[in-house]
Amino acid sequence: MSLFSLFITSFIVNNIIFSQFLGICPFLGVSKKIDTAAGMGLAVIFVIVLSSVITYLVQITILVPLGLEYLQTIAFILIIAALVQFVEMFLKKSSPGLYQALGIYLPLITTNCAVLGVVLINIQKEYTFIESLVNSVATPAGFLLAIVLFAGVREKVDSADVPESLKGSPIALVAAGLMSIAFLGFSGLSI
Amino acid sequence: MNKLQVFKNGLLKENPIFVQLVGMCSALAITTSAFNGIGMGFAVIMVLVGSNVVISALRKVIPDEVRIPAFVIIIATFVTIIDMFMHAFTFELYQALGVFIPLIVVNCIILARAEAFAFKNGVVDSIFDGLGMGLGYTIAITILSSIREILGNGTIFGFHILPETYEPMMIIIQPPGAFIALGLLIGLVNYLTRKQKA
Repeated sequence: MSLFSLFITSFIVNNIIFSQFLGICPFLGVSKKIDTAAGMGLAVIFVIVLSSVITYLVQITILVPLGLEYLQTIAFILIIAALVQFVEMFLKKSSPGLYQALGIYLPLITTNCAVLGVVLINIQKEYTFIESLVNSVATPAGFLLAIVLFAGVREKVDSADVPESLKGSPIALVAAGLMSIAFLGFSGLSI
Repeated sequence: MNKLQVFKNGLLKENPIFVQLVGMCSALAITTSAFNGIGMGFAVIMVLVGSNVVISALRKVIPDEVRIPAFVIIIATFVTIIDMFMHAFTFELYQALGVFIPLIVVNCIILARAEAFAFKNGVVDSIFDGLGMGLGYTIAITILSSIREILGNGTIFGFHILPETYEPMMIIIQPPGAFIALGLLIGLVNYLTRKQKA
């Protein structure tokens, strides 16, 4: 598979939200306004790219040579948690503007299953370093696309006349389902 | 608090899927057949009870400032054990659930119960809380996956129950069906609980 088709596949065809179901909690939680949704999306791209580089290096330089692959889950979640903490402190010192924009979302990202999901998938599918880098840019870019589009839909849904029992998250889930049908159309794409 | 009450809380009043809306990723992703639903539920119960017991037993030892990293390590340990266990004994299920078994680590239900219950209560109460919440989760995803399997495939646990003339609705088994079915199911639960209160 060429790098370009890998990018398109991870970006829209196998969209992280609409077909892989990773990162649903922030997708439903912070999609009430377009600008907060975009902030969350950017923060997720940032953390996923960094953590997939580090976990990849840890996997090939430490875990595999020592035969410790079974510690993958524990090692990776610790790396992600430490990384998020570190990024938060670094941004606070070096670029307060970016920290203001992304700050509140960063702690939430540790428990975002998209991050652990992407790094585990990189290892499971035996991607090379370059392939996993492409995958870990394209996948959260798909998250950004999905959450921004969804926030736009949700701002409209909020002002619609919805039956009492379906108000809030139930109607949001149904709306996400309809968007997912639209994304299903991309599965016919042959690259 | 009464032990039975702690147990029942998770089943209905604070059901993780229908009421608290946590742990949605796995609930949407793996509910394509009723068997997957039960398997995932079983894995979550084991991890939840195990981590609740250890965390509540160590609650006086773990300093407050580092409790979250400590919780995460304890949870990840139990997830690794379950992961290896399922790999060895239930290989088909292990393949069907795929990446969602290691992802139990970041399932918000488990960290939420550690923080909200196990860290503040005794070991026995925490066992009941883990069982109740885990069963509540299992029941919710089993209902969802049964609906999806019946409508989308015409079967339940692999047995045909609908007549041959029934044309399966493929969309329900595919990703969009997960969102729509769960949305409508939560709406139905809201409707029923509202009626009960009125």
